[in-house]
Amino acid sequence: MKLNRYKRELSAAVAYAVLLVAVGIIAPSFFSGANLRDLALNNAPVLLVAIGMTMVILVGQIDISVGSQFAVAGVAAGWLAKSGIPIPMLLPCLIVIGAALGAINGLFVGWLRLPSIIVTLAMLVAWRDALRWVTGGEWVQNLPANFQWFGLGQSLGQWLIVAISLIVLGIFSWTLRNLAGGRALYAVGSDAEAARLAGIEPPRVTFFVFVLMGALVGLAALLNAVRFSTVPSNAGLGLELKAVAAVVVGGTAITGGRGTLIGTLIGAALLGTIGTALTFVGINPFWEKAIQGAIILAALASDFVLGRLEGMRISDRGLRIDGAQ
Amino acid sequence: MTNAALLRATDIDKSYAGVHALKGASFELRAGEVHALIGENGAGKSTLIKIITGAVAADDGEIQLNGNAITHNSPRLAKQLGIAAIYQQPALFPELSVAENIAIGLEEPSLWKRVDWRARSGRASDLLARVGARIDPDRDAGDLTMPQQQLVEIARALGANAKILIFDEPTASLSEEDAQNLFKVIRELRTHGVGMIYISHRLEELPEIADRVTVLRDGRTIETCLMSEVNRDQLIHLMVGSELATVFPKKTVTLGEVILDLRQLGRSESGIHDVNLSVRAGEIVGVAGLVGGGRTELARTIFGLTPADQGEMLLRGKPIKIESAAQAIECGIAYVPEDRRRHGVILDLPISANITLASLDRFSRLGAMDFRREKEIAADYTRRLSIKTPAIFAPVATLSGGNQQKVALSRWLITKPSLLILDEPTQGIDVGAKSEIHALMTELAGQGVATLMISSELPEILGMSDRIAVMYGGTIVATLDRAEATQQRILALALGHLEAAEGSTPEESQSLRDLFAPVREEIKASGTTDEELLDQIEAAVKEVRERDRTSPQSRER
Ligand SMILES: Nc1ncnc2c1ncn2[C@@H]1O[C@H](COP(=O)(O)OP(=O)(O)OP(=O)(O)O)[C@@H](O)[C@H]1O
Ligand SMILES: [Mg+2]
Repeated sequence: MKLNRYKRELSAAVAYAVLLVAVGIIAPSFFSGANLRDLALNNAPVLLVAIGMTMVILVGQIDISVGSQFAVAGVAAGWLAKSGIPIPMLLPCLIVIGAALGAINGLFVGWLRLPSIIVTLAMLVAWRDALRWVTGGEWVQNLPANFQWFGLGQSLGQWLIVAISLIVLGIFSWTLRNLAGGRALYAVGSDAEAARLAGIEPPRVTFFVFVLMGALVGLAALLNAVRFSTVPSNAGLGLELKAVAAVVVGGTAITGGRGTLIGTLIGAALLGTIGTALTFVGINPFWEKAIQGAIILAALASDFVLGRLEGMRISDRGLRIDGAQ
Repeated sequence: MTNAALLRATDIDKSYAGVHALKGASFELRAGEVHALIGENGAGKSTLIKIITGAVAADDGEIQLNGNAITHNSPRLAKQLGIAAIYQQPALFPELSVAENIAIGLEEPSLWKRVDWRARSGRASDLLARVGARIDPDRDAGDLTMPQQQLVEIARALGANAKILIFDEPTASLSEEDAQNLFKVIRELRTHGVGMIYISHRLEELPEIADRVTVLRDGRTIETCLMSEVNRDQLIHLMVGSELATVFPKKTVTLGEVILDLRQLGRSESGIHDVNLSVRAGEIVGVAGLVGGGRTELARTIFGLTPADQGEMLLRGKPIKIESAAQAIECGIAYVPEDRRRHGVILDLPISANITLASLDRFSRLGAMDFRREKEIAADYTRRLSIKTPAIFAPVATLSGGNQQKVALSRWLITKPSLLILDEPTQGIDVGAKSEIHALMTELAGQGVATLMISSELPEILGMSDRIAVMYGGTIVATLDRAEATQQRILALALGHLEAAEGSTPEESQSLRDLFAPVREEIKASGTTDEELLDQIEAAVKEVRERDRTSPQSRER
């Protein structure tokens, strides 16, 4: 274990620390318990999706259909709740529904070897349109009273959502690092052919990653939906961008094979905090998107610069020959 | 060696789109034997072993292990059956640590198994030590040099404790010392009854380790014989199907102006210092030396990949500072790097596009590509270097390893540079194509190209160079004229011609003696009995080893 290997995560952590310290000095009230809880709550769904996205990017793929899946799963949660199934049953149901949605992507990308960007772009459009067609744009209303906060009341419900997200993060983070199945993701993303020769089956790994991605979207959609008394039929717009941004800012290589979930947590936190932080500091939140964009660019640029420096250092790789022309 | 066949491949047939790679090839491996597999580039060697390891599926034929047919072979099944391989193309995970690379190849890929990081790291260290590699298991595999990556792959294959071990050109990028180390391990495994398949284009190393040899030509098995019963020329004859003149096509060329002039050139970070060298138009200067002597580093410095920070460099008499490869190319310098396996070709592009890639401006008019000329020149080189392919528009990925190398080489040969730097130009290339490449070099020299040729093959150095620069410890210790150069002199110089280092344990002396037995034989065979020289060589090797031990960095650079 070398710090060097985690330098991307470290730089994101440093940036986040700087942000927190700056806000702490200018507007100490930012660190009130209520504000922090709101922040965590608002970003929990994004974090869950970003966990899945990290795995998808680790194996060298991308999933831009998560926003549409999120909307579909949310509406499904609402309908299920109205149909009268016991509220706790929503949890496994939504995970299964999400996994099924993800399995469709996994089938096309893993087994049929179609490019994930095309497949998931098609799904992005397809699910969104299907949903509009089925719901006619109507939101799901008149939900059972115990739908909101799982009937646990606001305070407990809020903590439950945050806790579930962090537990899921911990489990996946540990798994990616310490189980052979987790390491297989890195192997496939680093060099799929080498993985195949080592006895790993890249199509299978890719398929399961998309299934997990879907399951996490299902979970995220449910945890998001229970915060409100109605379920919108257009939820999750732009969610894929938020998730990918968190992953990239967290130091995961967009080309696959390198990255950690701790990095993703930092990335999600950094991007999720900025808007609120701006308000507290007194800057027009109008700037939020611009600053987020700048952070993503900085992350990518540092990736590029680090990569270049490494490339120069490594002798005998002949890297620069082709690059130099 | 027992007589029962451990592995038997019968009438294997395999076609890729448009290429009939194997036409009923057969092969037999016994327990405890080292079975060499040789043949020209594209003969089907790698394809045959990929079929044995399940990496590709055969169209027809049967593979038997201990008399039982293997059906539905896959890399995973082969691994379970005790078959391990080092492939010609590197199969490492660049983003992962060395320890993990080794582990992923060895551990059962079961999803739920917990990874034991400490055990992984310990095993990696043990295996690396066994192949004599000083590589930190925590480093990313992608940061390693080509020879280091090769050693990692060898270590990984050894760790499989396989009954059948397959090596596809393992020594192509290894130093002499590392190769000797590998041979030692191979001999040891042989006594444990492991059957080994060994592919190589370095025919001279086969008598050292192989028990039997099978020759493939055009996808067919031509013959299997005992290694002790054939000599090099017979093998070449079997491979090529005709006699082959192995004389070097060296021609004397009237030398022109001085193209490259290095004065006290150095780069502290690469360990290069005080290099004095000049190369004239039409001249071929060979650069000899051991791995670690600084040959590749010097080439990279001249080409601007690692710009010099000491001394002076003159191009056609004008001082110049080359800071980047782009600038070097602009100045008419071409550099064919040693590691062409991964970075020398663009696998998805056709052969023709790969060949013209570095000289696009010559093949375009007003910005539009002249595809007819591109096709002509590609066809010309494909024929001359006998690049084996059904069409010059086939993607380079479909070529055999050696043929990919030829494409990479062609790209730079056609740039008509004024200074051509070749790093191991014939590594991995079969004997026939080798002499064609030498002929091309001669032709270029005739056209006034100044050539700097780095090579570990002394016959190539002696046969092709007008002058020979010998590197040791990061600098050129001597420049010999063609007439005064001999194998022994170069070797002695490459080893530093050093004052003997004192003090060594008996084991060390013994291992040194082992290591140097082949060289000793060679020098003896060539008629010299210069015992003093031999002693100096041994002492020098010891010093090099000592230095490596005390500073592992020096090797890794
Ligand atoms: N993936 C592929 N697609 C199409 N053709 C291929 C592919 N792989 C190999 N071939 C062809 O099969 C033939 C045999 O290739 P193979 O790699 O077995 O040769 P080889 O004997 O290992 O040669 P070398 O000494 O150059 O490594 C070659 O003509 C090659 O072009
Ligand atoms: Mg081959």
